[in-house]
Amino acid sequence: MDWSFFVGHVNYWLFVVLMMTGLYVVVAKGNLVKKIVGLNMFQTAVFMLYISMGKVHGGTAPIFPTDMKIDPATVYTNPLPHVLILTAIVVGIATTALGLALVVRIREEYGTIEEDEILEIEQDMASEENRIHGQAMGGRA
Amino acid sequence: MQHHIVLRVVTKLLCGLIVLFAFYVQFHGDYSPGGGFQAGVIMAVAFIAYAVVFNLEMAQKVMPARVAHKLAALGVLIYGGTGVVSMLFGYTFLDYGAFQPGHPSHGQHWGILAVELGVGVTVTGVMLTIFYAFTSRVPSISDEEW
Amino acid sequence: MATESVHDVALTLHDQLPILQLVVPFLAAPLVMVVGAGRGVAWLIAFLASLAAFAISALLLAQVIDGGFLSYQIGGWAPPLGIEYRIDAVNAFLLFLISGVSTLVLPFAYESVKAEIAERNQALFYTCYLLCFAGLLGVTITGDAFNVFVFLEISSLSTYAIIAAGADRDRRALTAAYDYLVMGTIGATFFVIGLGLLYMMTGTLNMGDLADRIAPQTDNRTIQAAFAFIVVGMGLKIAIYPLHLWLPNAYTYAPSAVTAFLAATATKVAVYVLLRFSFSVFSPGFAFENYTYELIILPFAILAMFAASFIAIFQTDLKRMLAYSSIAQIGYMLLGLSLMNASGLAATMVHLFNHGITKAVLFMGVGALTLRAGSSFYASIRGMGRAMPLTAAAMVVGGLSLIGVPGTAGFISKWVLVQAAFEKGWWPVAFLIVLSSLLAVVYVWRFVETLYLHEPARDAAEAPLTMVVPIWITALACVWFGINTDITMTAANTAAETLLSGSTGLAEPSPWTSALPAGEASH
Repeated sequence: MDWSFFVGHVNYWLFVVLMMTGLYVVVAKGNLVKKIVGLNMFQTAVFMLYISMGKVHGGTAPIFPTDMKIDPATVYTNPLPHVLILTAIVVGIATTALGLALVVRIREEYGTIEEDEILEIEQDMASEENRIHGQAMGGRA
Repeated sequence: MQHHIVLRVVTKLLCGLIVLFAFYVQFHGDYSPGGGFQAGVIMAVAFIAYAVVFNLEMAQKVMPARVAHKLAALGVLIYGGTGVVSMLFGYTFLDYGAFQPGHPSHGQHWGILAVELGVGVTVTGVMLTIFYAFTSRVPSISDEEW
Repeated sequence: MATESVHDVALTLHDQLPILQLVVPFLAAPLVMVVGAGRGVAWLIAFLASLAAFAISALLLAQVIDGGFLSYQIGGWAPPLGIEYRIDAVNAFLLFLISGVSTLVLPFAYESVKAEIAERNQALFYTCYLLCFAGLLGVTITGDAFNVFVFLEISSLSTYAIIAAGADRDRRALTAAYDYLVMGTIGATFFVIGLGLLYMMTGTLNMGDLADRIAPQTDNRTIQAAFAFIVVGMGLKIAIYPLHLWLPNAYTYAPSAVTAFLAATATKVAVYVLLRFSFSVFSPGFAFENYTYELIILPFAILAMFAASFIAIFQTDLKRMLAYSSIAQIGYMLLGLSLMNASGLAATMVHLFNHGITKAVLFMGVGALTLRAGSSFYASIRGMGRAMPLTAAAMVVGGLSLIGVPGTAGFISKWVLVQAAFEKGWWPVAFLIVLSSLLAVVYVWRFVETLYLHEPARDAAEAPLTMVVPIWITALACVWFGINTDITMTAANTAAETLLSGSTGLAEPSPWTSALPAGEASH
């Protein structure tokens, strides 16, 4: 693991750091909106991985000249990962919008977006159900 | 923002230009950077800016939420419909060669134009639907709004 | 390429079947949204689309059941550059299951959705349902790895929405959908990372082409990391035992029709993706893969069979009990997979199908009970077997199939699985399969007892005919596929052979569609 190895893979190091930061936020934060933000960071890290993958040394933007006279010596950057990530970005937007919409609805129903408070409310609901239905089953449930 | 007269005047002027620019990006998309995605977002921005500076009701007079919903679905139908038409000509799904059998590269232009139009319409509809859904959120939505 | 040649052979409807399979339900979704308003119309469009998809999948299955595959090139662009839809016995069988279940669940959904979802949301509900249905078909049919991700997300996003639609009955549907969204997105993103690593090493996304290019470099650590990411990502979607936490709540609080559909199809499709990647993209000889299955997946599968069944026994809610039972049954499928031999894979394939229809019966039965009794708690469905004899009897059939009683579909899959374990010489595993079935006896007996051996808790009418008929058709299918195993076992065996023979590689480059069956040309 020498210096050139480290620098040469800088995009992967950054990808790993960004990805794990995102995943950590999703797991560690109790606020539902912050979880969505973490999820976004997590996805963005993957976008960066793909895009850095498409880079070709000395490559230019992959647009052909309008007269279609292509110089065979020209090196183009690989556009395919960009296209894939365009799709993934749209998916990410849809996920974020849906997630936030769910958070809005949760806020309306529970009055909070803190995970521990929601869990408490749900535990109360569950133990109430267990009390009612457990008794009805003769305490066997 | 009732008292921000400068903002209101500028927004009124800009909205038309934004829509025009959206059409430019839309129909130039197959020749230059641009296309349905970008055009759809730009188009939606015109309405969103209007709604932010004036108010939601006025924006919804121009573009009711119901219409935005239908637009979102309509665009997908345009996109898929293009593919179905190419199938009716005996080509594979979304083979644009079908649109001008003698000259496939012209067919490509027609096909991409149609597909990008579908994308643009859907993106406009979806962006507006998302914006409306979050801004018009009141404890319960009346049936008419859907 | 399509653009440079003048096209001389017009494709017939028959050639277009692979794409129609997907396009029909996919375009029906926006159509429902445009037509909107009238609930009856929305339902009718959804049902007709589903019926058409079922007919198409039957035609496709008939073409590939004896081996060979169909290849369809989207837009006339030849693979590996273009997106290819490739249908062989493995995914044709899955397509048949998904569209069959959807066609049975939709008539059931008519009354169920009317009772459980606010009227103004019903058109949107059917839109999301169709998108989910089309997404699942797309994941199954496509031969392009990135396309799998796109369709996976289409089906997942609409799944989150239709699970949240259960909030009209119980607000916990919202948190269930939120949890599933977070875990599902992490799973899908892991999957994409895996694909990214594969693309990095091979420069292609077509599954056949991927397989050809991975084969010489299986010792490469990037490839191994890619495999790990794909297994974990799909594991979240499958609900492999320690990654199953989203499943019980999502199934319990989703609307009844959604649970019936998802339980029978969604996890099965994820298992299919895992199968496809394990065998057609990565080769079965890939040592890293063998270790993964033997040392990680196998113990977790066995753990799932016992732990989840055990938890199921102590539930107070029938729907939640069945959700835990699903996790246990996924254990059987993964067990078959980790045996890594032909009969094990055949067991996985046949159990995918048999468990799909079994769970469809049970969850539809729960939906009918919920409609009449108000909830699916054991306390409120007590004695309903007398009030709703037809529904309850069908559920008993489903329950027997879940245990694996001879004469039902569930027996066939467990029989094949036990045989496969013996073939491998793993007799303790075979013993554990039988032992865990005893746990199924306990939880099935609990609901049968609740339904029949108690005084009715309330007066209730039999479920409406639109529910009873699909429930009974599915229940009879459970019995039919338990006695006549021609279709299921033939398809499962062909599928297992197809998977074990590794990838078929790139389809021969032909200008339009190419059908390459083993023996005869189909057109």
